[in-house]
Amino acid sequence: MNIAFIQTKGGQASKASLEAAGFAAVIGDTVAVVSGELNGDGGLGAVGVSRVLQGPAGLDDGQLAKLISAAAEKEGATVVVCAQDHLGKAVAGRVAVRLGAGLIAGVTAAPEGGSYTRNVFSGKATARVTGTTGSLVVTTMPNAIGMPEAQGGTATVEAFSPDLGASRVEVLEAAQPSGGDRAPLPEAELVVSAGRGLKGPENWGIIEDLADSIGATTACSRPVSDIGWRPHHEHVGQTGIAIRPNLYIAVGISGAIQHLAGVNGSKVIVVINKDPEAPFFKAADYGIVGDAFDVVPKLTAAFQAL
Amino acid sequence: MEFLVCISKAPDTTTRIAFTEGDTRFNEEGVQFIVNPYDEWYALVRALELVEAGGGKVVIASVGGADVEPILRKALAIGAHKAVRIDADPQDAGQVAAELAAYAGDKGFNAILCGKETIDHNGSAVPAMLAEHLDVPCIALCTSLEYDGEKAILTRETASGIEKVAVSGPFVLSAAKGMAEQRIPNMRGIMAARTKPLSVVPASGAAAGTSIERFALPAEKAGVKLVDAENPAELVRLLREEAKVI
Ligand SMILES: Cc1cc2nc3c(=O)[nH]c(=O)nc-3n(C[C@H](O)[C@H](O)[C@H](O)COP(=O)(O)OP(=O)(O)OC[C@H]3O[C@@H](n4cnc5c(N)ncnc54)[C@H](O)[C@@H]3O)c2cc1C
Ligand SMILES: Nc1ncnc2c1ncn2[C@@H]1O[C@H](COP(=O)(O)O)[C@@H](O)[C@H]1O
Repeated sequence: MNIAFIQTKGGQASKASLEAAGFAAVIGDTVAVVSGELNGDGGLGAVGVSRVLQGPAGLDDGQLAKLISAAAEKEGATVVVCAQDHLGKAVAGRVAVRLGAGLIAGVTAAPEGGSYTRNVFSGKATARVTGTTGSLVVTTMPNAIGMPEAQGGTATVEAFSPDLGASRVEVLEAAQPSGGDRAPLPEAELVVSAGRGLKGPENWGIIEDLADSIGATTACSRPVSDIGWRPHHEHVGQTGIAIRPNLYIAVGISGAIQHLAGVNGSKVIVVINKDPEAPFFKAADYGIVGDAFDVVPKLTAAFQAL
Repeated sequence: MEFLVCISKAPDTTTRIAFTEGDTRFNEEGVQFIVNPYDEWYALVRALELVEAGGGKVVIASVGGADVEPILRKALAIGAHKAVRIDADPQDAGQVAAELAAYAGDKGFNAILCGKETIDHNGSAVPAMLAEHLDVPCIALCTSLEYDGEKAILTRETASGIEKVAVSGPFVLSAAKGMAEQRIPNMRGIMAARTKPLSVVPASGAAAGTSIERFALPAEKAGVKLVDAENPAELVRLLREEAKVI
């Protein structure tokens, strides 16, 4: 038996959580655990989950770990899966310690027997990892495994309220969206990113327009966020956020090794740069050698014409 | 106030990665090592700023062999007061967290600051594991920390944006960009670091829960397909019909 920990938004499982649940269901019978509101089964039956244990809302990381561990103990689970998203990074390790399980974080491919593939050295290499204890906690990298195929099942929902103790984290201000209604960078399927080649923050309109034309999330290189042209949370690369979209369009970015380290998991890379010698072209699938101020509006128009 | 900052040794960001022993070990030959950037730029510097303003001490700890000592000296040069090396060969996050917890357990640190991830293992795993061992909250992916010795006010990144939280009592955090600015050590710092205490404590003998079977390098790209700057519609066609990503 496996446990999948699911984050919900508006009563539905998040995309990253559905990927995690599908991953768990491939390994074997899966029971999902959620904290808080759920519409129907939250979309979990369709990805192969048989039952959902619904715990209370508003839990801190320590309480969530107790909830998930209690579910794992109740069900006799040997594998616990959750997404390697913001919450997963605060909770998965706690669950592993509570269960005395090994933790394999940020898995990027379907399991092969008892062995799991994950990225190491900031995407410059991969490693195959196995557990050495009886049970495992595995976290799945968002947008890496792929969405499980819908199977049309429905999961039954049961209330679940083990003793969780009191919360020790007081939320003062609830989450403020940082990127408007665009998908968060770690989960985004389409990303448009720009670098110092854009010359100044006042020129980002053409990047926003390009992103809007395909519903992409915007990102930037490190110097651009360091000088304050763009917010910190847009910085991708070895020391920023690592992303793995289906499409990464890089405009006016030279392609330094530290930048590539955060984006080389992208399925398709498009580079727009006026310098044909820019190192980024070596890592690209498609490229346009040209001036961003000329090329980007034309590309936006071509996308809009679809 | 007394803070513990967990420091990891990491290969320089420009390192070309290679493996030995049948692709089971990272080839360290000729590799320059640095303090893991998140640990240095954000966790360590913020801890230093807080004790500079409010008094206290910053202790740094690393789980590793004698090879991590130059890294600890570098962090001492930036301003940490005291370094501890926990003498174990780090195998995985579970073992590292257990060793850090065994050391920190009875020291009464006000807070323990980690980086958000190591740039070699990329697990973002140690901080939550450490927090569970110590039975304290873990505030992951923090971009700011205010602390008066009793109550901490932190900003963290969440799936839907950023959130402000408060914690009373000890806690663990993992530091992301925004928390502080990188500091370059000066000559005085480097001289002072030579005589600051660096102690070696024996490992508690915690075991790893995972094992690496084999490393691999990603497949090479086939090569870039260039599209004429006057014809972006062709790029759109390729993205739709060939790459099928739009
Ligand atoms: C320890 C360390 C960690 C780092 N981590 C990161 C990281 O996480 N992420 C990151 O991005 N960087 C990181 N860096 C910085 C990295 O080394 C590069 O300096 C940085 O990525 C360069 O940013 P850029 O490409 O925007 O700027 P530049 O290198 O200045 O490149 C600008 C590019 O724009 C092109 N250009 C100029 N004008 C135009 C135009 N009109 N139209 C089209 N193209 C144009 C130029 O040809 C050039 O290729 C790190 C560095 C270090 C030392
Ligand atoms: N060997 C180590 N010694 C001390 N701290 C470590 C060690 N490895 C990781 N850490 C800390 O844990 C954080 C997250 O590491 P990781 O889980 O490997 O991504 C790092 O940024 C460090 O602060």
